[in-house]
Formats: sequence, structure tokens, C-alpha cells
Amino acid sequence: MLSEYTGMVIMLLFALGISVGMVVATSLLGPKKKFAEKMEPFECGEVQIVSPRQRFSVKFYLVAVLFILFDIEAVFLFPWAILYKKLGLFGLAEMMAFISILGIGLFYVWKRGGLEWE
Amino acid sequence: MLLDFFITLLKVLFVLGVTVGFFAPILTWVERKQSAIMQDRIGANRADILGFRALGLFHIMADGLKMFTKEDFIPRGANPVLHTLSPIVALIPAIITFTVVPFGGVYDLFGKEVNLVIADLDVGLLFVFAIASIATYGYVIAGWSSNNNWSLLGSMRTTAQMISYEVTMGLTIIGVLMVYESMKLTEIGAAQESFFDWGIFLQPLGFIMFLTASIAENKRIPFDAPEAESELVAGYFTEYSGLKFGMFFMAEFIEMVTISAIVTILFFGAWHIPFITTASLLSLFDFLGTTGSNLVVMLIHVGVFFTKVVFFIWFQMTIRWTLPRFRYDQIMDLGWKILLPLSLANILVTGLILI
Repeated sequence: MLSEYTGMVIMLLFALGISVGMVVATSLLGPKKKFAEKMEPFECGEVQIVSPRQRFSVKFYLVAVLFILFDIEAVFLFPWAILYKKLGLFGLAEMMAFISILGIGLFYVWKRGGLEWE
Repeated sequence: MLLDFFITLLKVLFVLGVTVGFFAPILTWVERKQSAIMQDRIGANRADILGFRALGLFHIMADGLKMFTKEDFIPRGANPVLHTLSPIVALIPAIITFTVVPFGGVYDLFGKEVNLVIADLDVGLLFVFAIASIATYGYVIAGWSSNNNWSLLGSMRTTAQMISYEVTMGLTIIGVLMVYESMKLTEIGAAQESFFDWGIFLQPLGFIMFLTASIAENKRIPFDAPEAESELVAGYFTEYSGLKFGMFFMAEFIEMVTISAIVTILFFGAWHIPFITTASLLSLFDFLGTTGSNLVVMLIHVGVFFTKVVFFIWFQMTIRWTLPRFRYDQIMDLGWKILLPLSLANILVTGLILI
């Protein structure tokens, strides 16, 4: 019996071949005329005023942390959802307790202004 | 053993041919042509070979040739390795997600059971989410490695938006899993043989939320704040040229096909025709023998499946040319404050009904 993952490996190899091939092809086929002004990063015709290598808004970190929290919740929900009809009322009560705790967390973040973008 | 391998290889080539070979190029043309029709213009029809214009279909070839022969530009101060790596990281997941997507049922051909999916994983749907989220790295790396302020802003927006909607996407699917009791996309598809078992009737709210979240995940208008032309030049791919630029577009178009395919499987009866069961279709072509009738039914099912997929691609394109872009705070509000609580409520309601 052929493993299900064989097809996936073949697909991965093809995808790798296509994308690497494209990058190689475009770097080989295109012209290469380099001069200092052209190699500047695009800044609407100006010389770059500030470097992009600097700190950015803390908001993005907050979104990342919230993502981890709620994605783990989703991961817990996946096996539960499949077994739901077998678990019945017990499963519903258990998961609603879990979701309501996380819901309180969401409500708290919301009220503290963690979801506001100005 | 060798036959199994050969069949798998055939399926891989079919999927690659359909997604990378057919849909990705043709959609670049469809997008322009549909915008032209909706805006009452004639549209892309200038490229011609010896005077033949063929509705502008040669634009696909012209675009391809142009992208191959453009200079591969890496700006000063950029990280050349990461800059080259990011389109690869963005494109590969888009192609691989299609491995778990079935494009037909199971058919008895020459005494052999042929399942029209490359890898029939038990965790099919989870695999789709897992692989799709790897693409986020591609966009982060693209923005950061370009040494460009617009790119960085675009990639920060992309990341925040993609991970926000990933949560919502995961939670909207829970209702579907509860109804069909499986994460295998083939089983979910097979469970929708009767018309009123289609996901759209069992999970109407789930369908609307999933489609919204997946369009946002793919960063298409009205959720295209990450690459907003009027604010950020082109967002994370400002500094990309040639085929590397084209690869980001290919990834977007292939993801569009994948989204349409998954919506079709989860909510629109996969490869089934309304009110016609596979058994009755098989008996209709009974005079062709087992293999013959199975072959005909297989072709019909694949045709029906891709018709539905094309419909959803059309739907996404219509949305693109109908709605204006949302503001970034509106996008994040929709994800966290509306779709997330609604999807949790959807789980509760589904649970109460099923009990």
C-alpha cells in the first residue's frame, strides 16, 4: 500500500522545481544594468529619509499574542468538533465552559482597547 | 505498487496542470476582462498574433514573456538571499494545499478503486490551514528584506491581517466539522450527496463567514489594505520585479482557486449534482459496462466540480470590482469584533441543534 504522503512529496518536489526554476529563469534572462541611483529603494522619487530597519507599533505584537491564544483554542476545538455527536451534552457543557473563559478574555482585551486601531 | 505510483503521478500532473498551468495564467486575463466588462470598457484585447486577437487571450503570453525578460531587481541595502527566498516561500504553500483537495469521488476503473485526490489525509482540513499559514512567512520576509518603508508597512499589515483572519477561518469551520464528523475532505464531500445535506443549508452563517475570512486571508479587495496602491505603492512586493513579482500574483490566483474549491467541498456539495445520486448516474450509463460507466460518471463529476469552482472564482472577482477597499481598522474590527464572536456563537447554536 502506497503511503498517502507519496503524492504530497511528489507535489512538493514539483512545486519546489517550479518556483526555484522561475526565480533562476528570471535572474538569468533579464538584463543586468546596475548604477547607483537605480539601486536605491523606492521612496516616491526621494532619497530614503528613514531606514525601515526600526521599531514598529506594539499593536502588531499584541495581535500576534492574541493570535496564538485563539489559534490554540481553535486547535482544541477541532478534535472536539469531530467527536461532538458522540460526546453529546457533556461535550457541549465542557466546551462552552472553555469557550466562555476565552470569551471573557476576548471581552477584557476588547474593553481595554487592545483591539482598537487609530 | 508501480501502478499506484503511476496513478498518483497522473493526479499530481492533473492538479498542477489545472492550477498552475490553466487557472493561474487564465485568471490574469479574466480579471482584466471582467473589470473591463463591469466598467463598460473594451478591455485587454490589443495583443495579437498576425492580426488575430482572440479576445485578448494572447495577453497571457505577452505578460509571461515580459516577466521572464525583465531585470531581476534587488535594491541597495536589501538582503539578497531573503529577497529571493520570499516568493518561493509564498508560492509553494499555495500549490501544495491543493494536494488534499478532492476533485471527484471514488471510481471503479478496470477493477481498481481510484480516489480522485492526491493525498487523502485524515487531517485534510487542518493540513490546508497549516500549509496556508506558512505563506505568511513569505510575505513577512518579502517586506522586511526589501529595505523599503512601504514594503515593511505592507508586510506588517499583511501579517496582522492574515493571522487575525486565520483564527476566524479556523473557528468558522468548526460548525462544518461538527455536522459531518470528519476532517477528511473526501468524506465531507461524500456526505453531501443529497441536496439538502449541502453545507450551505446546514451551516449558512458558517458559509458567509468562511468566504469572507478566506477572501481576507487572500488579501483581495475589499481586504487589500496590505497592498493598497494608493497608500503603500504596492505593499510588500514594491521592490519586486520580473517573475518574482509574478510569483506573488500566481500565489494569489492559485489561492483563489483553492478557496473556491474548499468552499465548494464544504458548502456546495463538492462534485455532486443536485437531486441526482451517484448510483442513479451510474445506472444511467450502465450499458457501457462497469469501467465505462464509472469513467463517464467520473468525467461528469470532475466537470461539475470545476464548474462550481469557476462560479466561486467569478463570485470573488465580482466582489473585487464591486466593493471599495476597507480601512485597515475596519478590517481588523470585522475580524476580531464581528466574525470571531459570531463564529463562537455559531458553534454554540450548531451544538444546541445537533444535541
